[in-house]
Amino acid sequence: MDGGFLHDGGSPQEDGFIAVDRVEKVFHVRKRTGFLRSERRQVRAVDALSFTVARGEMVGYIGPNGAGKSTTIKMLTGILTPSGGRLRVAGIDPSRERTRLAQRIGVVFGQRTTLWWDLPLIDSYRLMHRMYRIPDGRYRENLDRLVELLELGALLDVPVRQLSLGQRMRGDIAAALLHDPEVLYLDEPTIGLDVVSKAKVRAFLRELNAERGTTVLLTTHDLQDIEQLCSRVMVIDHGRLVYDGALAGLHEAGDSERTLVVDLERELPPIEAPPARVVRVEGPRQWLAFPASRSAAPLVARIAAEYPLVDLSVREPDIEAVIARMYAERTSA
Amino acid sequence: MAEETYGGVYADAEPVRDRRRPPAHRRPSPAHPDRSSPGEGTYGRVREGLRAYRLITAMWIRSTMAYRASFVMTTLGNLVATALDFVAILLMFSRVDVLGGYRLPEIAFLYGLSATAFGLADLAIGSMDRLGRRVRDGTLDTLLVRPAPVLAQVAADRFGLRRLGRVTQGACVLGYALAAVDVTWTPLKVALVPLTLLSGGLIFCALFVAGAAFQFVAQDASEVQNSFTYGGQTLLQYPPTVFAKELVRGVTFVLPLAFVNWLPALYVLGRPYPLHLPAWVAFTPPLVAAACCAASGLAWRAGLRSYRSTGS
Repeated sequence: MDGGFLHDGGSPQEDGFIAVDRVEKVFHVRKRTGFLRSERRQVRAVDALSFTVARGEMVGYIGPNGAGKSTTIKMLTGILTPSGGRLRVAGIDPSRERTRLAQRIGVVFGQRTTLWWDLPLIDSYRLMHRMYRIPDGRYRENLDRLVELLELGALLDVPVRQLSLGQRMRGDIAAALLHDPEVLYLDEPTIGLDVVSKAKVRAFLRELNAERGTTVLLTTHDLQDIEQLCSRVMVIDHGRLVYDGALAGLHEAGDSERTLVVDLERELPPIEAPPARVVRVEGPRQWLAFPASRSAAPLVARIAAEYPLVDLSVREPDIEAVIARMYAERTSA
Repeated sequence: MAEETYGGVYADAEPVRDRRRPPAHRRPSPAHPDRSSPGEGTYGRVREGLRAYRLITAMWIRSTMAYRASFVMTTLGNLVATALDFVAILLMFSRVDVLGGYRLPEIAFLYGLSATAFGLADLAIGSMDRLGRRVRDGTLDTLLVRPAPVLAQVAADRFGLRRLGRVTQGACVLGYALAAVDVTWTPLKVALVPLTLLSGGLIFCALFVAGAAFQFVAQDASEVQNSFTYGGQTLLQYPPTVFAKELVRGVTFVLPLAFVNWLPALYVLGRPYPLHLPAWVAFTPPLVAAACCAASGLAWRAGLRSYRSTGS
C-alpha cells in the first residue's frame, strides 16, 4: 500500500508536512563605495514568511524575480540557513540535518543540472542508486517506470551535455525521483522548454502527484504551469507572502484588470464605456482596462454598437502585473 | 544581533513540540528509515565522506576506462609534461656540479619526495580548485541537496586517473635518487621515506582543502591556491640552502611546507637544516600533517557555513 496515508492532510497529525513559521533570511551585501571603503547593507530576501503545505499537496510558488522564491527553496532544501524563524520539512530541520533530509526530498533546478555533465545519463543514475542507498529492487523498478514515463530509453547512454534542454530536464526529474522522495521541489521546471516538452513534464508531474501522492512545490514564471498543475498558489513579493489560495482567487484578490484592445476605423476621442477606462490611445487603436472579474461580452457589444469597430482582442492580466498591484495595495493600506 | 533576538522571540512565542517522530502508523511507509544509516558525529561524517568519495571516483574511473586509448595518451602526456620539470634541473647540472651545496642525486631525492607527495595529493583531490567556479555558477547547490558530505563530492569530482602521470614521474626520479644517493641506510631512514611521502601528500591535501575553503570567500582565488600548491611544490625541489633564511623560516613555522620533504630528507642525507632545529623534528611530519588536516577541515567547515548563510 503506497498511498493510504497520503490524503489525510487535514488530520491533526502535523501542522503541515512542510511548515514554515515566520522564517526570514537576511543577507549582508557589501557594496564598494570607494577604493577601499565599502558599505554594508542588509537585504531582507525573505521576511517573516509563514505557510504550511500538507502531504500530497501540489503548490505553485510564484513571484517576480528577486522576490525570495529561490531563497525559500534553498532554505527548504537545507542549502541555506535561515536567519530567523522555524522551518521543518517532514519533521526535519533542513539546515541542521541536511543529509538526512536529502534522503527524503527530490530537487530539480531548472537552470542547472544535478546530473554529472560529462557522463552518460545512466552513470548518474547508477551513482544515485548507491549514494542514496536505494535497495536494488526498488531502484530497478523506479528506473524502469521513470524511463518509460519520461521517455528516456534512447537517452540513457548519451552524455548529459549532449542532451537537449527538454531531454535534460526529464533526465533531471527522473534523477530526483529515483529514491522515492516524499517531497519534490521544482525550481522553474519548464523554463526554456518547447511546448511539447512542457506538456510532457506537466503530464508526468500530474500523474506523480495523483498516483504516488508526492508533495510538490514548484516555482515558475509560467502561469500555465500553475493552471494545469496546482490547486493552490502562493505569491511572494519582497520576501513576504502576499497571497495564498486558489489560482482563480488571485485575480480578484489582486483586483486585477484585463485589457481590451480595440481597433477602430479611424482616430477618435477616447471611448466612453464605464466601468472600462481608456488607458492608452495610439492612432485608431485604443486600450481599455476593465476589472478581470467582469465579463468582456457586454462591453464588447456596447463598443461594437456605438463605435466603428474593425478588430479587437482581450488580454489577460499577466502575473507580474497582478502581483505588483497586490503589493502596491498592501503597502498603501 | 537581530537574528538571535528573532530566534529567541519565536521560541518563546510558540513552544516547540517535537514532531520528529510521528506515531508509527503515521510514518511514511517507503523504505527510507532503514536505508539511511549515516553515522553521527565527526567519525560518521568521515566515514560517509569516504564512502561518497569512493563511489564517485569509481564512477569516473569506469568512465575513463571506457576510452582506454585516450586514457593512455593523456597519462603519457601528463608524465612527459611533468618530466620536463626535472629536465630543467638536469640541464642545470650539465653546467654546474653543485647547487646550494647539493649534488644531483641529493636534489633528485628532494625533488622525488616533493613531486611524488604532490602528485598523490593532486591525484586524490586535485579537483578542489574548481570550487570557486562552482560557487560562482551555482552548481555547488546541487551538491548540497545530495545525502553526502560536500567536501567528498567536490574532492572526487572529475577524478582524473591521468594524474598518475605526475606520480609516476616523481616516483621515477625518487627511484633514481634512492639508487644513486650516497647514504648509509639505517632502518629508521628507510622507514622515513614512505612516511614522508604519506605525510607530504596529506600536507598538500590539507593545502588544497584550505585553498578551496578560501574560495568560498574569494571565488577567484584559485590562482592564489595554485601559487601555494604548485609554487610550494617547485620550491621544495631545491635545497633550503639556496633560499633566504626568512623564506625558510616562513615555510617551516607559518606554512609548514618544510615538513613535506626538507626536514626528513635532510635527516636522511645527513645534512644540517639551516634553522638549527633538533634532530627529532625530522620525524614530526605525520603530526604536522594531522594538524594541517584538522586545521583545513575547520577552515572548510567555516567556509561552507559562511556559504550557507550568505549563498554567495
